[in-house]
Amino acid sequence: MRDKIRQSKRAEVEQDVCVACGCCVKVCPLSAISIKRGVYAKVDTNKCIGCSKCAKECPASVIMITEVSE
Amino acid sequence: MKKSWYDYLWIASALYLALGFFNILFAWLGLICFFVPLIIAIMRGNKAYCNRYCGRGQFFALIGGRFGLSRKKDPPKFLKSKWFRYGFLIFFFTMFFLMLWNTWLVFDGVRELRQVVNLLWTFKLPWHWAYHESAIAPWVVQFGFGFYSVMLTSTVLGLITMLLFKPRSWCVYCPMGTMTQLICKVKHGKNV
Repeated sequence: MRDKIRQSKRAEVEQDVCVACGCCVKVCPLSAISIKRGVYAKVDTNKCIGCSKCAKECPASVIMITEVSE
Repeated sequence: MKKSWYDYLWIASALYLALGFFNILFAWLGLICFFVPLIIAIMRGNKAYCNRYCGRGQFFALIGGRFGLSRKKDPPKFLKSKWFRYGFLIFFFTMFFLMLWNTWLVFDGVRELRQVVNLLWTFKLPWHWAYHESAIAPWVVQFGFGFYSVMLTSTVLGLITMLLFKPRSWCVYCPMGTMTQLICKVKHGKNV
């Protein structure tokens, strides 16, 4: 039997240009984003559903929504 | 989502700007926005001030987001580049120290008190109605005018980028945000 490959979406942060303002943290409905040591935002891929709220809110536009295979 | 007390700090930011119209000495309260983020970054190594307590950021999010005054467009790439962010930080603090120097000149008696607000480091706006003759030393009042100029200038810049780009575009190049992030980077070193 062949395994089914499911496509789903995840938020991805360009960490080297993230300003760590925390706007994404505030809008995430699943609390899937946190600011790591005041330097960049980190997405918990186990929680993220790729709703793109964070990407829309990010003032620097450094969050991308990418498709991933599961 | 349940709101906390710190979600209403935008009121303090709006009130601060309003109070400066009536009495320039209230400008001294703005030092809180300077020292608190620095203390948090140095002591705790995070940007909790930006993330939670920045009333100005909340204010931009409110009027740009909820009130719909922002175009909500992506900012140009240069705005988030390290060159621009660190360059603006250096420029901003150069102008800040110039303001401190002018305060010193008044303290030293070399220069007289100037009752103007210097907007965008260029336009000298008359602001004499916010100064009421009192026993307070002229340099204290001069610092008030200078500091209020800094705060008003950054608010105007923030409003312009809020209109053009996303509500909290100011956060991208905010000198305090850049500086606290830099402190966090240095503090944590390679552990980030």
